[in-house]
Amino acid sequence: MKIDKDCRYVETHEWIRVEGREAVTGITDYAQEQLSDVVYVELPEVGESFAKGEAYATVESVKTASEVYLPVSGKITEINNELDTKPQLVNEDPFGAGWFVRFTMADPSELDDLMDADAYEKFVAEEKAKGGH
Amino acid sequence: MSEPLIFEISSPGRCGASLPACDVPPTPLPAGMVRADLPLPEVSEVDIVRHYVRLSQLNYGVDKGFYPLGSCTMKYNPKVNEVAARLPGFVRTHPYQDPDSVQGNLALMFELQEYLKELSGFAAVSLQPAAGAHGELTGVLIIRAYHQSQGDGKRTKMLIPDSAHGTNPASTTMCGYTTVEIKSDGRGNVDLDDLRAHCDDTVAGLMLTNPNTLGLFDEHVLEIAELVHNCGGLLYGDGANFNALMGIVKPAHLGFDVMHFNLHKTFSTPHGGGGPGSGPVGVSQRLAQFLPGPIVVLEVTEDSCVCDAEEGEEHAQECYVLRLARPEHSIGRMKSFYGNFGVLIKAYTYIRMLGAAGLRQASEDAVLNANYLMHRLKKVYPLPYDRTCMHEFVLGGPPPQAKDIHTMDVAKRLMDYGFHPPTVYFPLIVHEAIMIEPTETESKATLDAFAEAMITIAEEAVADPDLLHSAPHVTPVTRLDEVKAAREPRLRWTPPQ
Repeated sequence: MKIDKDCRYVETHEWIRVEGREAVTGITDYAQEQLSDVVYVELPEVGESFAKGEAYATVESVKTASEVYLPVSGKITEINNELDTKPQLVNEDPFGAGWFVRFTMADPSELDDLMDADAYEKFVAEEKAKGGH
Repeated sequence: MSEPLIFEISSPGRCGASLPACDVPPTPLPAGMVRADLPLPEVSEVDIVRHYVRLSQLNYGVDKGFYPLGSCTMKYNPKVNEVAARLPGFVRTHPYQDPDSVQGNLALMFELQEYLKELSGFAAVSLQPAAGAHGELTGVLIIRAYHQSQGDGKRTKMLIPDSAHGTNPASTTMCGYTTVEIKSDGRGNVDLDDLRAHCDDTVAGLMLTNPNTLGLFDEHVLEIAELVHNCGGLLYGDGANFNALMGIVKPAHLGFDVMHFNLHKTFSTPHGGGGPGSGPVGVSQRLAQFLPGPIVVLEVTEDSCVCDAEEGEEHAQECYVLRLARPEHSIGRMKSFYGNFGVLIKAYTYIRMLGAAGLRQASEDAVLNANYLMHRLKKVYPLPYDRTCMHEFVLGGPPPQAKDIHTMDVAKRLMDYGFHPPTVYFPLIVHEAIMIEPTETESKATLDAFAEAMITIAEEAVADPDLLHSAPHVTPVTRLDEVKAAREPRLRWTPPQ
C-alpha cells in the first residue's frame, strides 16, 4: 500500500495536501484498492461549500458506489475534469493525477484533528485485521 | 452460442409484412419533417420469430432454475395468478368506468386492503404505490405530513441503520430529510447506544428493515420502537422482508407506525424485468387520514345499492356499495388511477390460494430453507454473523485459504453449474458479501445441489484458481469486461461505416 508522507488523512480514507490556505484532496491508495476499478467519479461544482466531513463527491466502481468526504471545511476552487473521461487515474495514481478537488480551507485549525501518515498506516493495519478475508 | 443483433440479421429488401394498397388519398408530411434514411432492420417473419425465440432460450429465470438472489426474493410465481389476472371481467374494464359498473374490481381491492391489514395489524392500507421504493416515498411523505399537522417543523432527520435496504436513504432525501446512518452491533442488530445518541427532537423517524439485510431479526425491535417514539419520531417499516414474517408476527404490534408491502416479493407477483411492482402502504390509526387516495371503502346503504332487489322489495341483509374515497388529510395521489391493478389481482389470488395457514407456512418454509443452506455452507464459507437467520443469510466471501479468489469469481463459477448467482457485494457492511435467499418453494434436492456446487467451487478455488478467474465457461458469453463496459459504454447499435 502506498502512503504519501506529506499528506494528512481521515478515517474515511481521504487524503489532504495543504498548500498555503488552499488544499488538494482525493482518496487513498487503500480506498481505491477496496473499491476496485473506478468507473465514474461525480464531482461538485466550483464555488460550492462543504462542511468538514460532508460528502462532496461520489465514486463508483463495478462493485459499489461510495460517498467521498471533505477532510476539512472549505469552498471548491477547482475540480479534476480529467476524471470524467479517465476515472482509472484514481486507481493508477491516487495521490497524484487521481486528485479530486482543490479548495480554500475555511478554518485551517480543523487540520489538527487529522491523522499524519504514520497514524493512518496504523489505522489501516487495524482495519485490515478486523476486516477478515 | 451467441445471437447476432437484429440489425446484423437484416438484409436489404426483406420484409415481414405484406400491406394492402393504400385506399385513401396520401397526405404528404410537411417538408423538413421527412428524413432521408431510417436504418431499421429488414427481416422476414421467420427471421424475426427465430431471433426472439433464440433470445428467450438464452434467458435465465425462476421458471428455468434456482435463483437465490438475496434481498430480491425471486419467488416462484404460481401460474394461477396469471390465469386470474387474465379473466375477461378484469381485463375488459377501464379505469374511467363508473365505480358502480366495476364493483367486482373494487371488491377485490377492498378485500386485498383488508387482508393486508389483517396480516400486518395496521388500521388502514392504500394500494396506490407502484413499487417498494415508491411505497417508501409514500410512507416518508406520510411521516412528514404527520409532523406538519402537529405544527412540528424542527424534525429534519431520518435515522437509517447501516443494515437497511439501499433505497431508504434515497426515499428520505426525496422527501427533503437528511439521512443519518445508525451502526449495527456485533450481532447484526441496531446498535442501541448509537441510536440513543442520535434520538432527539430533530428526528422525524427511523426506517427499520426487519428482518434486516443480513437476514437477521432485530432482537431489540421493541426497544428501538420505544427510543424512537420517546423522542417524538415515528417508526417506518421497510416491508421488503415481510415474506419471513407473514402469518407469524404483525409489524403494527412491534411498534411500527407505517410499512410498505412488496407484493412482487412477499405475494409472488412477477419481479424484475417483467414486473411491474406494487408497494401498498399500511399505517396505524393516527396516520390513516394522510394515506394517498383513492382507497376503497365499504358503505352500507340501500340507495344506489347493487344487490338484485327490485324497487319496493326488501334488500339483502348486508346491502353495501364500494366507493372510492380520499382520506381527510391525504398526501394526494401517488399514481394515476388505482395502483397496478393487474398486480393486485395476482397478489389477491396468491393470498386466496394459500389461505392464512398457507401464508404462514410459506414464511416458515422460507426460513427453514435458508437455515438449512446456511448450516451446510458455513462449514466451508465464512459466516460473519453466526445466528439463526430468517429467510436469507450473508456469507463473508470465499474461504480464507483461497488466495486471490473474490466473491465475484465464485458467483461467475456458479453459472457453470447452472445456478443463478446470489446477490454479491451487498449489504455493504459485510466484506465480499454473498447474500443467499433460497425462498420457500425449493425442494431439499435443489438446495443440496446448490450447496454441493458451492462446496465444489470452494475446493476449486484452492486447487485451480484460474478456473474461477475465467468463469463462466458454458454460458452464451463468458467473462465480461465489466470495467470496460462501465468506462466506455456502447449503448446503441451504429451502422458500420
